[in-house]
Amino acid sequence: MQIYLNGEQRQIPDNSSMAALVELLGLSGKRIAVEINEELVPRSTYSDYNLKPQDKVEVVHAIGGG
Amino acid sequence: MTNPNNDSFTLAGKEYHSRLLVGTGKYKNMAETDAAITASGAEIVTFAVRRTNIGQDKDQPNLLDIISPDKYTLLPNTAGCFDAKTAVRTCRLARELLDGHNLVKLEVLGDEKTLFPDVAATLEATKELIKDGFDIMVYTNDDPIMAKRLEELGCICVMPLAAPIGSGLGIRNRLNIRTIVENASVPILVDAGVGTASDAAIAMELGCDGVLMNTAIAAAKNPVLMASAMRKGIEAGREAFLAGRMPAKRFASASSPMDGLFF
Repeated sequence: MQIYLNGEQRQIPDNSSMAALVELLGLSGKRIAVEINEELVPRSTYSDYNLKPQDKVEVVHAIGGG
Repeated sequence: MTNPNNDSFTLAGKEYHSRLLVGTGKYKNMAETDAAITASGAEIVTFAVRRTNIGQDKDQPNLLDIISPDKYTLLPNTAGCFDAKTAVRTCRLARELLDGHNLVKLEVLGDEKTLFPDVAATLEATKELIKDGFDIMVYTNDDPIMAKRLEELGCICVMPLAAPIGSGLGIRNRLNIRTIVENASVPILVDAGVGTASDAAIAMELGCDGVLMNTAIAAAKNPVLMASAMRKGIEAGREAFLAGRMPAKRFASASSPMDGLFF
């Protein structure tokens, strides 16, 4: 199925959970935060969150800024 | 009278001895960021929240490895947000990044040329974030009325600009900063616009509780040395404020006695 990941189209396996996507992206254990369709998805719920086609997923991290 | 050796201020129940808060943007690399922060003596360090580069630089050091939450109070900002909604979303993501840490630096900007705050949107975002349990340090204009409004809404710290972000122009309106300080019952930090150590000292002489800066250090020819200079400027300004300066006079007053002259 197709989702939008950080603004870009991306194909991922059907019925993927957010946890599976994090794993797929090689981001397990990294300090990230996730928002899906403009709503925060807490880390503790990644396994229970099943992605749907056209979901807009944002994965963010900390960078330098003032 | 405050003992200058035990001088501190409190934010969200935590006591801080350094009155210099620093950002982490615009440095050459992580090593320079680390060295400058160390030289500044800062205890509170700001950072930004951005999209992760998927599939790139997997082994690149993470900023939060350098500015460890165990060592510093981390202050995520909402830089780059031009409306209340994105600022609120950014704060929620930042809280998640930091495992529930509620402290945020709220800035909602008005336009890209000036980066002046959009105060109407700032008020709107403040109300939303207060409901959501955030401890807000808020960036605003050097406007005493707006500073008071933001305090009344429940911001834990109000941060008027000295001059536009990254401009290095120094404190453009000392009288307004002084009025904001005199009216306030929360800490007042000057945020943005200082250019060099004397600007930081002036902010402290005006009675501010501290100064938050990034570009003034990062864009210096020698950022690490400037970080040290800023630390001293902040300390000198604070001590001068506590000491209470002499009244300025128009004409001279001899320092040596006039009595006992031998001619």
